[in-house]
Amino acid sequence: MSRQSGRSSDPRKVSQELFTLTYGSLVSQLVKDYESDEEVNKQLDKMGYNIGIRLVEDFLARSGERRCNDFRETADIIAKSGFKMFLGITPTVSNWSAAGDEFSLVLDNNPLTDFVELPEERSQLNYSNILCGVIRGALETVQMDVNVRFVQDILKGDNQTEIKVKFIKRLEDAVPAGEE
Amino acid sequence: MADDVLFELLHMEIVAYVENSAKKDEKDQLVAKLEKMGYRVGQSVAERFTRDTPRFSSELDIIKFICKDFWTNVCKKQIDNLRTNHQGVYVLQDNKFRFLVQMSASKQYLEAAPKYLAYTCGLVRGALANLGLNCIVTAEVSTMPACKFQIMIQRS
Repeated sequence: MSRQSGRSSDPRKVSQELFTLTYGSLVSQLVKDYESDEEVNKQLDKMGYNIGIRLVEDFLARSGERRCNDFRETADIIAKSGFKMFLGITPTVSNWSAAGDEFSLVLDNNPLTDFVELPEERSQLNYSNILCGVIRGALETVQMDVNVRFVQDILKGDNQTEIKVKFIKRLEDAVPAGEE
Repeated sequence: MADDVLFELLHMEIVAYVENSAKKDEKDQLVAKLEKMGYRVGQSVAERFTRDTPRFSSELDIIKFICKDFWTNVCKKQIDNLRTNHQGVYVLQDNKFRFLVQMSASKQYLEAAPKYLAYTCGLVRGALANLGLNCIVTAEVSTMPACKFQIMIQRS
């Protein structure tokens, strides 16, 4: 049998284990550096945001998606196109609010948490909180101000992992200072 | 499967985070800290990557594995050049190192390069440690995006 067998042949994909473990080493470093889980969550969100504002450029260039007409379309593109392209999973979109300004992304399997177990004393830690930051950063770049948060997490004993995305407002084009 | 771009951005953020979180008097710890993070990951991925490979018969065999399979998994390509003095020092040259390709093709930003190599040095050291070779791994860049990794096997 060849040594190459079983390896991914897609040149754009990185080894899943390498990615998951790299993320894990980041989280464990953060846990060492900060005392409270809240601080770790905040830091992960911030890093995700930095990734999101760059990632969206790559996404738009490769997917050819157009501007969305409504929030439902946005939700579909995030789940079916965005998550698919970058993590290889397709979350389910559900739990729409009556006003249509809030939805949930339900993740069946989260590639970030493949080898992870959360100890009891870390119950406040949102291990995959970086995803919230990524979604927020990416949507901000396309002029949507949103609030993203974890409401359920398999790591904490819930049945599913659920991320809630709430639309806050549309960001208007800013006019540079000194111009009309 | 996670996407390449995502991994690269994640790596960038890790470097930036470690750099910003280091206190003033421990800036020189930056590379060491990143290297340590890589080391742990290297140990674990070495096990995964060698899952269906036969047992290695010699030291050179292990180094070849790093140059081919390991590098293909981490960097999407094989090492371009491998040299050794047959006394435990190996120099691996990568002419288009993944984390430097997007940055520059000249001497610009050269002073920023070392921190983008530290994590990979750690990965290699961790992988080798798990395969039974204690070593020191260093990297040097003269012109981006080419760089050289030097592996010095420590014999006890």
